[in-house]
Amino acid sequence: MEIDRDILLLMLRRMWMIRNFELKVMEVHSAGEFAGAAHPYIGEEAVAVGACAALEDTDYITGNHRSHGHPIAKGGRVDKAMAELYGRVDGYCKGKGGSMHLADYSIGILGESGILGSSVPVAVGAALAAHIRGDKFVSMAFFGDGASNQGALHESMNLASIWKLPVIFLCENNQYAVTTSYAETVAVDHVSDRAAAYNMPGMLVDGQDVVAMYEATSAAVARARAGEGPTLIEGLTYRFEEHSLGLGRVARGAYRDEAEIAEWRKRDPLDILEKTLITQGIATREECDAINAETVKEVEEATDFARNSPFPEPGDLFEDMWANPIPLP
Amino acid sequence: MAQTVFLEAINQAIQEEMRRDESVFILGEDIRRAIYGATADLLTEFGEKRVLDTPLSENGFFGAAIGASLVGMRPVVETLTSFMWVAMDQLISQAAKMRYMFGGQATLPVVFRASMFYGAGSAAHHSDRSYPMFMNMPGIKIVVPSNPADMKGLLKTAIRDDDPTIVFEDGTLFGMRGEVPENADLPGEELLVPFGEAKIVREGTDCTIVAIGGAVNHAIATSDQLAAEGISVEVIDPRTLVPFDKQAVLDSVEKTGRLVIADPAHKVCSAASEIASIVSEEGFWSLQAPIQKVASEQVHIPYSPALEKHVYPDVPKITAAVKRTLES
Ligand SMILES: Cc1ncc(C[n+]2csc(CCOP(=O)(O)OP(=O)(O)O)c2C)c(N)n1
Ligand SMILES: [Mg+2]
Repeated sequence: MEIDRDILLLMLRRMWMIRNFELKVMEVHSAGEFAGAAHPYIGEEAVAVGACAALEDTDYITGNHRSHGHPIAKGGRVDKAMAELYGRVDGYCKGKGGSMHLADYSIGILGESGILGSSVPVAVGAALAAHIRGDKFVSMAFFGDGASNQGALHESMNLASIWKLPVIFLCENNQYAVTTSYAETVAVDHVSDRAAAYNMPGMLVDGQDVVAMYEATSAAVARARAGEGPTLIEGLTYRFEEHSLGLGRVARGAYRDEAEIAEWRKRDPLDILEKTLITQGIATREECDAINAETVKEVEEATDFARNSPFPEPGDLFEDMWANPIPLP
Repeated sequence: MAQTVFLEAINQAIQEEMRRDESVFILGEDIRRAIYGATADLLTEFGEKRVLDTPLSENGFFGAAIGASLVGMRPVVETLTSFMWVAMDQLISQAAKMRYMFGGQATLPVVFRASMFYGAGSAAHHSDRSYPMFMNMPGIKIVVPSNPADMKGLLKTAIRDDDPTIVFEDGTLFGMRGEVPENADLPGEELLVPFGEAKIVREGTDCTIVAIGGAVNHAIATSDQLAAEGISVEVIDPRTLVPFDKQAVLDSVEKTGRLVIADPAHKVCSAASEIASIVSEEGFWSLQAPIQKVASEQVHIPYSPALEKHVYPDVPKITAAVKRTLES
């Protein structure tokens, strides 16, 4: 598959944006600039970026607690994302959602869910609307290997399959749910094997290779838009950092060995893409570095934006409960 | 005015709203063949895409309804109150919380029609009346109609409302006949009952009964019987619990000085508990006697009719409660 240079460079930019966003989050979180959980996406960038590059703004996604990568991959704004992590009024959710609940309805990001598996049926519902109205958009549900054991996912795959809904079930298999290996919790070899039970294609993809992710997802999106139904894609990947910022201080004992981590770190998705671009003469080293540097700068500006944004006022506590407001009890 | 059966009122509301607005669709189990009655003939008129029979996957299809509502549809889900337990995650984590959590970006015009089949030997697994649990969770509007006209008018309002709503349909009323005005006789030619407006069903001066859902008829019967004894009872039907028309209750208690609350839900942390707490906090100086809650006993619903009949509020229990308020 011949991929447009623009798309390749866009993917590189988004991957650097996620990487640099997460590095910044780790820095300011450990400096105590904001509290609460934050789940770095470092190491997994190619999965969301490749998948979302196959989507349009009019397509929908839902996600999970590891939520910074999905919106950035779909073209979301880092300043609003960062301000949300800082709990400020200019954040995506005006400070009401925080790290685990980013959303941008203007570009189809229906919201990340801290309850795992829970946002998968919601993505199916958006696709159901397309099916009923005859619209051409698709929806994509991101979930982890851990959440692949949730009943909600299995009900969703069955619903999407019987109604031939335009859904892409996108499993980010980073091989662990917090400290528990997926090999111990998933009864089949690969999450994608589960597609067979729901009569849909299951694709196992190298999640470190953004081009592979893009190609697989493009095929699934084409199938969905043609009315042929859902696809389950498993991006096999690895989380380079701790499950959640600060968790390393509380977990008792190691659950991944250093050799395994080192082995996977050698397969950095950014290195892999840059090597492809450079060896194929699509971009130069300098061009790649420039993209990296631009995203560093944008993240820096986003962080300043977040720091300078005011906190919500106490009265804001009562806003956004209802579309048709009712009196407070 | 036409006499309409409660179930027909549900059917009329759905049919009218589906005719009026193409984004309205209905989904649930066995609704094409209308096994619970409310969805009769919808398939013929609106076709398979808008009348969807679902697999037994409440968590999945509740979530699908929620997702469809986020992108401009107005889904109506048919279910039983007791089946909502397996979909609680979608109701709470998604429907109730999304709008607030996403800073107002999400709009969820989704309606869950939850039948409450209690009082007919269905035993513990099919007899829930769970609205108080949802009152505790911000983010869902809660409707409990007590007669065919309100059923129709409130369901139509629920379908048009932009917030997630659960309409608790009291199965003890499904066969009830009542006057439902013809559209042609109404201003705007349609029946819409607003949320948050209680109805004074009987006027009285000695004691107020606030009754919910199927308990309203028992309260009316109580009021009629006590009238013969010279006791004047006011009956108030809140109709919606979220929002709740507290002013109507406070005004009534100011007049009568006494309050009985008849609530088919379990007694502990019931709707009755919340109403009692509002009146204790905000209407205390109007009270001339302790508030009486007549709610379901704090046991599961037993199968045997010999036992089940003792669980719920009924006319003798409500009558006794009114009399207790008058003793002091
Ligand atoms: C329903 C639910 N159960 C448990 C948790 C706690 N929890 C948060 S993250 C996590 C692991 C998730 O693993 P996975 O789905 O593989 O995603 P990953 O963190 O690896 O990206 C768990 C158990 C939760 N948030 N929601
Ligand atoms: Mg995982």
